Amino acid sequence: MHSDFDLHLAADLDDALASLAPAAGEAGRPAAMALAGGTNLIVDLRGRRARPRRLVGIGRLEGLRWLRVDAGGIAMGARTTVTDLLESPALAAAAPALHGAARVFAGQMVRNAATVGGNIACGSPAADLVPPLMALDAEVVLEGPAGTRRVALADFYTGYKADVRAAGELITEIRCPPRPAGSANLFYKLARRQGDAITVVGVAVALEAAAGRCRAARIALGAVAPVPLRARAAEALLAGATLDAPAIARAAESAAAAASPIDDIRATAGYRREMVAVLTRRLLTRAWQAIG
Amino acid sequence: MSNERRITLEINGAAETTSVPAHRTLLEALRGLGHVDVKCGCEKGDCGACAVLLDGVAVDSCLTLAWQAEGHAITTLAGLGTPERMHPLQQAFADLGAAQCGYCTPGMIIAAESLLRRVPDPSEDEIRVALSGNLCRCTGYTKIFDAVAAAAAVMSGKGDAR
Repeated sequence: MHSDFDLHLAADLDDALASLAPAAGEAGRPAAMALAGGTNLIVDLRGRRARPRRLVGIGRLEGLRWLRVDAGGIAMGARTTVTDLLESPALAAAAPALHGAARVFAGQMVRNAATVGGNIACGSPAADLVPPLMALDAEVVLEGPAGTRRVALADFYTGYKADVRAAGELITEIRCPPRPAGSANLFYKLARRQGDAITVVGVAVALEAAAGRCRAARIALGAVAPVPLRARAAEALLAGATLDAPAIARAAESAAAAASPIDDIRATAGYRREMVAVLTRRLLTRAWQAIG
Repeated sequence: MSNERRITLEINGAAETTSVPAHRTLLEALRGLGHVDVKCGCEKGDCGACAVLLDGVAVDSCLTLAWQAEGHAITTLAGLGTPERMHPLQQAFADLGAAQCGYCTPGMIIAAESLLRRVPDPSEDEIRVALSGNLCRCTGYTKIFDAVAAAAAVMSGKGDAR
């Protein structure tokens, strides 16, 4: 276990931000990391994959734990837990994609501790909340030494476990815009088991329809590239189209082409790519029927 | 650089003081204090053997640093009941044979208790989802699910564990 670190349990957000800010001359390995649920970070400390000089515990920041689902959209504090998502009937109705991801997320103890902000920040390509949030057009609110800024989740990741956060920046909120009437969103996690398993392929879709045509589509893929990503070319094929079976099949093939999976112990790259097409086709079909 | 600190943990209703470094997990601290009813399994949040209640909510103590648990009520399996006065979950697990080697049992019961505090009358599906972070490698889960359902019935006054 990496043990050469100081642990500061922040009293409030200002304290956390001050403690996360890099001191003069700190460079190289990440100086400070925020510790929320710990369900990824403690494992990474144990494996020495994370070696911060300082951990800033944000577990006492109850002000970052809230969930709001209303006409203004879906918004939540970064410390909202996966269990908090699972126990919100309003979220289940408005965002079955995100609620569904919470249901198949690890096991109960991990869901009770793991936070939405932490799932985004860990940067795993298989982070299960990220594809649904991308399909819901989420943006993350970052607070840091230079102030507050908003970044679209689709633009957040810059490479494998790398993202746009500057040193000292903390994810504080996640916001999704209102969903217009005639919209639907869905997620499917393909894994070796239904619970307590790392995702082999995750696909989330969101459709908006008007006058019998698809007005906008978002498709997000997990565990099939170095980062969770949007299948933009596939989305463009759907915008303005009537979603009959051939149109859906073309989009599904396009989504598969956007994936760049690897072989690992859970599945081969070829299987993953094929399953992107299958799952995208099924989810688009179901979402379109739900709007219909 | 010494980052060791004395902390006071509230364990099963009693305050206990120990000196631990920042990287010491709650699992290690609890077992170091003699609470060996908390089991060490995978140490990465997959198996649930180390589950404890933190303010009534089940967490993996292997993924919690001991310092973080200060100021929170910690409940281990032994805090739920004793051999003389068993908790309905403990009674149901014993009566229905929901244990083989028993290593996963403390975590199973803690996870089940966390569920029953939120959902007193769970469906089988809710029981399965609640126990999806607890691995039993001896046998199947059927008797475990049955025991949780039986205990729920006893606790809500609708049945008898036997």
